Amino acid sequence: MGKKLESNFKNMVLVLFSVTLISSAAVAYVNSLTIASINKAKETKQANAIRQVIPGAFNNDPVADTWKVETPDGGTLEFFPAKQDGETVGTAVKTYTKNGFGGEVWLMVGFNPDGSISNYSVLEHKETPGLGSKMDQWFTKDGKGSIIGKKPGTTGLKVKKDGGDVDAITAATISSRAFLDAVNRASAALAGNADVYSGATPKATPDTTQAVCGKKATCDSLCNQNCKH
Amino acid sequence: MSNLSNLTRGLFKENPTFVLLLGMCPTLGVTTSAINGMGMGLATAFVLVMSNLVISLVANSIPDKIRIPSFIVIIAAFVTIVDMSMAAYLPSLHESLGLFIPLIVVNCIVLGRAEAFASKNGAFASMLDGLGMGLGFTMSLTILGCVRELLGSGKIFNLPVFNENYGMLVFVLAPGAFLALGYLIAFINRIRKTN
Repeated sequence: MGKKLESNFKNMVLVLFSVTLISSAAVAYVNSLTIASINKAKETKQANAIRQVIPGAFNNDPVADTWKVETPDGGTLEFFPAKQDGETVGTAVKTYTKNGFGGEVWLMVGFNPDGSISNYSVLEHKETPGLGSKMDQWFTKDGKGSIIGKKPGTTGLKVKKDGGDVDAITAATISSRAFLDAVNRASAALAGNADVYSGATPKATPDTTQAVCGKKATCDSLCNQNCKH
Repeated sequence: MSNLSNLTRGLFKENPTFVLLLGMCPTLGVTTSAINGMGMGLATAFVLVMSNLVISLVANSIPDKIRIPSFIVIIAAFVTIVDMSMAAYLPSLHESLGLFIPLIVVNCIVLGRAEAFASKNGAFASMLDGLGMGLGFTMSLTILGCVRELLGSGKIFNLPVFNENYGMLVFVLAPGAFLALGYLIAFINRIRKTN
């Protein structure tokens, strides 16, 4: 082992500068190597999610025909229409909610032309493993709280606890509410009511949380945003 | 010190989680399931080996007063490289672990081993130390993850063990992490004392 470099000003500046320079060069190099694969993986994931939620065949490129809608709370919903020979066979909506137990939840929800749900896919969530994380199976066709084929319409889907007809995930009602919030948001936006949902004019779309508030006359922190007392 | 003891020290005698009580933040945070614990452990092990290797090589060229910032920069560079490589080539694994990878930077085991071992020892010994510590960390996180997953949701590595309706919510959430870790540490220390 050689002698340690002395801690004088010149040495310290030089060494720290070289360490940061070499490290950032290494990171930049790896970034240039991986950036293409990372973007490709993201695109593949999105394309797979779209394919998964649209039933039946389509022969356009939904990603090329996409359009976006800004929501009043600063988010963006993306729409991916699937068409067979120019006729719309379904629309995949990339939607989100901020009400998850662990923050935001992102879904891809597929809608049939009549507005009913064809399928969904969970893109990203930070819900509790073993509880809220079950949402990727729970609401599917074979799941216990299937939403497939349901029409959120103007009232939106609700869990049974809130007077709706969807079975919430056991011990994860907050995650279930958040999930349905994202689905309802997508449905409302698809019907052209993006501004209405989110509680800007709650009368037009009485959503889950508002119904609870009205019935129980108590407004917990969950529904503060939407509740106009 | 023999190479063997460098390697095995991290597994039992100085197990980072159960004996040194280092890196408690990721330990408590990510061990909600066995697979999460193992993935976090393995990612940390890789960073430990690489950072120990590089730091043992450059330690003599780094003046004492700026060794901590220099080590952190080196460690952070490796963590970022791991993060990006995983996102590019193992997207499904990155999806389940992506959240925890950046946390490795602030894991005190990595900096602790750089400071306590790698900066004073040769490259090969430092790599073995990193590997041993990393595997020890992986082992303890996997055990803790198994216990919490089994008690909390009745599964191990996502395979159902108990009835589907079984679930002790508290073990999946934060308090269960402290409970399970506390009992495991007591248990391991009991074994160590009797040996």
